[in-house]
Amino acid sequence: MFNMKMEVKKIKENVYEIERVGNMRVPARIYASEKIMEAIKKDKTLTQVKNVATLPGIIKHSIALADAHQGYGFSIGGVAAFDMERGIISPGGVGYDINCSVRLLKTNLTKKDILEKQKLVNEEIYRKIPSGVGRGSPFNLTKDRLLKILKEGSKYIIKEGYGVKDDYLHTEDEGAMPEADPSKVSTRALKRGIGQLGTLGAGNHFLEVQFIDEIYDEKLAKVFGIKKDQVMIMIHCGSRGLGHQVASDYIKAMEEEYGYENLADRELINAPIKSKLGKDYFSAMSCAANFAFANKQLITHWVRDQMNRIYPKSKIDVVYDVCHNIAKFEEYDINGDGKKKKVCVHRKGATRSFGPGRKEVPEKYRKIGQPVIIPGSMGTASYLLVGTTLAENLTFGSTVHGAGRVMGRGQAFRTINKDEVKKDLDKKGISLKSGSYKTLIDEAPQVYKNINEVVRVVSELGINKKVARLKPLIVIKG
Amino acid sequence: MKTYEYLEHTADIKFRAYGKTVEQVFSNSALAMFNSMSEEKIKESKKIKFRVKGSDLESLMYNFLEELLFYFETKNFFLNKIKIKINGFNLIAEASGGNSKDLVIDTHIKAVTYHEMFIKRQKNKCVAQVVLDV
Repeated sequence: MFNMKMEVKKIKENVYEIERVGNMRVPARIYASEKIMEAIKKDKTLTQVKNVATLPGIIKHSIALADAHQGYGFSIGGVAAFDMERGIISPGGVGYDINCSVRLLKTNLTKKDILEKQKLVNEEIYRKIPSGVGRGSPFNLTKDRLLKILKEGSKYIIKEGYGVKDDYLHTEDEGAMPEADPSKVSTRALKRGIGQLGTLGAGNHFLEVQFIDEIYDEKLAKVFGIKKDQVMIMIHCGSRGLGHQVASDYIKAMEEEYGYENLADRELINAPIKSKLGKDYFSAMSCAANFAFANKQLITHWVRDQMNRIYPKSKIDVVYDVCHNIAKFEEYDINGDGKKKKVCVHRKGATRSFGPGRKEVPEKYRKIGQPVIIPGSMGTASYLLVGTTLAENLTFGSTVHGAGRVMGRGQAFRTINKDEVKKDLDKKGISLKSGSYKTLIDEAPQVYKNINEVVRVVSELGINKKVARLKPLIVIKG
Repeated sequence: MKTYEYLEHTADIKFRAYGKTVEQVFSNSALAMFNSMSEEKIKESKKIKFRVKGSDLESLMYNFLEELLFYFETKNFFLNKIKIKINGFNLIAEASGGNSKDLVIDTHIKAVTYHEMFIKRQKNKCVAQVVLDV
């Protein structure tokens, strides 16, 4: 079936469908503009979205969002929900970097405050928070404490004094997925994680000091307590080596148990949600997710420390913290008959986007919908949005996670000059620190889709409402 | 003869490694993985020896590269040279390298994947394809 000419039909503006053919169990849906669709067609994204549609128990559609690009097994920017009885759970549908996620902080500082000390702020944060490959954590973690972090996530380190209660209240799952069971995490994974708490990592991970450049909705902005020129801080990182190892461990275990002969791609390996292995993976994945929450909590604590040294009156609060690479058990009215059904939603490079009223959303935001944080590429704008009820009907409460790549690194190195990337950031008045010049090329804005276009699509579709646009002043890359 | 080359992939690192024997292809795959992290020359100071098993050549490759990543992440081991013996789906490796902290690491390899992986043996030559998650 995969050699067959692929029929992609435009259903309406920003909505495309690949009808069910061969052993697909459901049709595939792609939510993109015409321009983005052209980019998506260039790699193997569509084949991957179709492959996901063949998996047991998939409900309604295999979905790709406007930031989609080729991944391994499942595409990035991919969403798939599975029936709890007949469905599967797949580590490749979550990704190796479990709970790679974004946290947004707000400060009581203005753009002007930062501009006066821009270089100093950059240096102080860069000095304290390890970024890049192999810069280990100064945080002394024993195995016993690590196990507690896996179980209780950011709640645990906040109890130890690295934050305040509102920090975890304003985090997806309150900073700790309850299904976590550290006994399901291998010693190997623990060994990879123990030296890495509080580190950014490399690649697309970053820390940015930004300012609110534009407010789209004053009422929503008021709920967030943000206004124009206010300084915000965005942190993007994940579960580091610990999460990567959890994914690898369970991919191997599932292969041994179930074999991969019937899969369109070996990376689609999975286990029934109800099986022991399926449950064990979910428990281990939850531990990795909790490690990622704690990781960002510790970074938040250090950011507060460093900012207080420079601005003794600074106050920094967590706005929200969203997961990107995750599987969740969530309830939806799937048939539109008012009956809620629990399903297992895989989000791989996708953000939850619940509308108003969901119990999972913190009280502070419950009336307006879940905060959705969309980072742009290096040097470009990022967005703060909220989710909608329509997203719950259309995309299993999901939206994009960022700009999404369009260019491989080979092409990037052939066509992009690092000095020009630097000059361009300079011109925009952005202070940059990065451990590797190759990262600058590989993470240049040209390598990604245009974030404004991606955000336009999701807001036109109605799966998000725009709150504010943020622009960077300081960029720290691994 | 070419030892390895990188192919286009939107987000990840994809390479093909070549050799006359399966052992050579495995060695060249390891070198391709480390070369994608840093092209700097490492000063040798460390030696490691390990064994891995698989159920077929692909899983042997997956486990082999993952073991090297594990040494990289937990022991700062950066590969320079490697000797491999393969018997069935069992592999013994003797590798020498240095401390990764002496280098600028440009690319963070998160994991080995099975995506589009193959290992093909033909007469007098062998080729492997691997995608690494970055």
